[in-house]
Amino acid sequence: MAKTILTVDDSGSLRQMVAFSLNAAGYQVIEAVDGEDGLNKAKATLVDLVLTDQNMPNMDGLTLIKSLRSLSNYQKVPILMLTTESSDEVKALGKAAGATGWLVKPFDPKRLLDIVQRVIG
Amino acid sequence: MTIDMSQFYQVFFDESDELLAEAERLLLELDIENPASEDLNAIFRAAHSIKGGAATFGMNDMTEITHVLENLLDRIRKNEMALTAEHVDVFLAAKDILKMQLDGHRHGAAVDLDAVSDIKMTLQNLAQQGGGQAHLPPVSQPVSEVVQPVAVEKQPSAHPAGKGYLIQLPELPEKDVVALTAELELLGIVEKKPLKDGKHILSLVTDESLDNIVAICSFVLDPDDLIITEQAAGPVAAGASAVEASSTAMDSGKSFLLEISDLSDKDMQTLVSELELLGKVQQQPVSGNKQSLLLATEDSKENILAVSSFVVDVDKLTVTQQVHAVAAASPVSVSTFDEGDFGLFDSIPAPVATPQISQHETKAVEDNNAAVPVENKRVAPRREADKAVASQETTSIRVGIEKVDQLINLVGELVITQAMIEQRTSTLDPMLHERLLNSVGQLTRNTRDLQEAVMSIRMMPMDYVFSRFPRMVRDLAGKLGKKVEFVTNGAATELDKGLIERIVDPLTHLVRNSVDHGIESPEIRSAAGKNPVGRLSLSAGHQGGNIIIEVSDDGAGLNRERILNKAKSSGLNVSDNMPDADVWQLIFAPGFSTAEKVTDVSGRGVGMDVVKRNITAMGGVVDIRSAFGYGTTISISLPLTLAILDGMSVRVGDEVYILPLSFVMESLQPAADDVKDVTGQGRLVKVREDYLPLIPLYQMFNIEPLYREPEKGILVVLQVDGKKAALFVDELVGQQQVVVKNLESNYRKVAGISGATILGDGGVSLILDVANLLRSSRQLITEPSIH
Repeated sequence: MAKTILTVDDSGSLRQMVAFSLNAAGYQVIEAVDGEDGLNKAKATLVDLVLTDQNMPNMDGLTLIKSLRSLSNYQKVPILMLTTESSDEVKALGKAAGATGWLVKPFDPKRLLDIVQRVIG
Repeated sequence: MTIDMSQFYQVFFDESDELLAEAERLLLELDIENPASEDLNAIFRAAHSIKGGAATFGMNDMTEITHVLENLLDRIRKNEMALTAEHVDVFLAAKDILKMQLDGHRHGAAVDLDAVSDIKMTLQNLAQQGGGQAHLPPVSQPVSEVVQPVAVEKQPSAHPAGKGYLIQLPELPEKDVVALTAELELLGIVEKKPLKDGKHILSLVTDESLDNIVAICSFVLDPDDLIITEQAAGPVAAGASAVEASSTAMDSGKSFLLEISDLSDKDMQTLVSELELLGKVQQQPVSGNKQSLLLATEDSKENILAVSSFVVDVDKLTVTQQVHAVAAASPVSVSTFDEGDFGLFDSIPAPVATPQISQHETKAVEDNNAAVPVENKRVAPRREADKAVASQETTSIRVGIEKVDQLINLVGELVITQAMIEQRTSTLDPMLHERLLNSVGQLTRNTRDLQEAVMSIRMMPMDYVFSRFPRMVRDLAGKLGKKVEFVTNGAATELDKGLIERIVDPLTHLVRNSVDHGIESPEIRSAAGKNPVGRLSLSAGHQGGNIIIEVSDDGAGLNRERILNKAKSSGLNVSDNMPDADVWQLIFAPGFSTAEKVTDVSGRGVGMDVVKRNITAMGGVVDIRSAFGYGTTISISLPLTLAILDGMSVRVGDEVYILPLSFVMESLQPAADDVKDVTGQGRLVKVREDYLPLIPLYQMFNIEPLYREPEKGILVVLQVDGKKAALFVDELVGQQQVVVKNLESNYRKVAGISGATILGDGGVSLILDVANLLRSSRQLITEPSIH
């Protein structure tokens, strides 16, 4: 069964790029426009990987990660934070929130796919 | 897998356009003393999103500006810096530049590079002023120094080309590393990576040759101490640095970790180049006397050993196959694994053992279990928000305008076909064909509904036009030292897209005029007992089948005396007792300006005539109301759409023409002695107390009519811009809605004809350009002077 990935980003172009690339590689992709939408969609479908932007309206990425980790079935699901900053401070915040790892934006589709494959196969 | 990134450009362009417009709107509404934090956040997010997209899609010129902008905004929203009016001005200017750059990428429009570097400097200055030391974190992607506005269609890959080099530095004082980095930044994109033992590795992406790199480095240190390795990376994608690109190479095949002890730098270099024959090599940070390399290859361990044995003693080399490239960890405080752009905090959790289905079951149980208190409390509002988001997503779709036009065209054809059927069945016996005729009636109703529904797709809210004015009024008022309160009404009023685009220029002109000539300076206003802040309003609303757009100010109003004097001195035919409405229309005369001084804003006398001509060409009418000392209102009345019009069909000889109903005043059959021949003025007809020029349509188009004597045919009285004329035709055929077909795109422009349509019987009929007809008839005969 195709693995399902939830991509959360308020930027439509980036979301589409991510969704398109992952779809093309055979993953099933669920798109969400902000943290709140992401949380609702994650609750509705248990996904295999969450990719979330940080800076979003309504609910930011860190809050989303914390909220997901408080759900019993999202304890072990890998969550990668997509961030434009790669400072240790940002990483520490992500780690504290429960993120599995980070990926610095911008990235190209190939790099994204490479990482996704390494994380969930 | 290769993915054509250009397919996402359009979405990015649209999205950025919207974000820029939204940011501008928020900036204009910002209360500088006490800005709302949610507004600041939204503006920040706009800059942030554009930056992210621009970086991803390789539009690096935009990344640079958004980066500085984002930083400033970030500090302002975190209260590290106070917002000033100057900030708002500069942010607005930056928005304009970004829009220009966006259009540059989108349409290949020209980009003013000076303006770009100006705004960059201004933003950087602001950043420095505000926070003492501006600590801009480095842009997280390489920034191209060469800004090339290239149309996307022409060059889908805007990616910076160039080779990647890894430059291994000896132990150097920090300042030398900084100096070297600065030097190398002149060549291309540099990324600095500190190693454990105080040494550094620089990665450089550049088009320059290796010799040039060495030459540059020799300013700072002895080139012999350097190890420069050329990266075998393929075309470097936008945003990916050499280091990233080489780690990308780890994606396919197996990877091996090679650990070598006591290897000279020179040998290391040779080894790397040998191994590069097998696959992608990535140098790992040195630890102690051990150096390590990551090699991604399809080759076997034996082959690696064989190749390496040319360079190193095999005893000093260990080769281990990596299960995941992930296992090659380099130490970073918060993470167990770090590749620079990607990292993991912990090892990846083992694939969850429980199969998917049972997980879903667990979730279902949880959902049913309403007793979970925390969850339950927050579910309700979230569901609502979710619904809102969902509806937002599903209630609108983006469709190319050509698709809509095609749809409208098809519906137009359908309307014609329906009219044909209706006409052919009208001769049938209603008793015998009752059911057929009922169906035709139903078809008529459905077609009309369909037509209305389809036309509404093309309708756009006036806000599309109105939204650009707050900024313009603000800038203009600032430039002229005036205070203007700008209000809009009826921004939701919808108008056909074709019209909305064409109304922009005339409206811009009128608004500019109001600010420049209408509204007085605060001192004059105060002296006149008026509020020093002028008021300019822009409104739109429906009136019958028309939309009325008004530009209204409470300024000085039009000066009747001055306009009349100016008209006289320009040789226009005027009299002192003309009604006000006629006097105001004089300002639409070509070259007419009463402005005492020409400003760079307006007053050069070009424009009002163009405004009028544009609006008339759209089938609209301009009307002015003004009171001296109290203000001016300019009112534009436009038809709702250009695609369909109410027409009156008239016959001359064998031809049927359509007259737009909006120009038709009345029709009459004159008595023979009401028609007079006036020498040099053609024929006039007396309609009640007025003498109107008589335009025989058969003469205009040179066709053989049924009647040559006006008293036998019909005169249709037409009015354009307050001027009347009587059009002489053979007979009136009827009144109907017609679908306008463009003549120019199907044939060519014909004087006196504005378009064509297809009649119910399948025949083609030309739509008369009434304004043009009246004008050309006046060219033949001068204005009648009989009263």
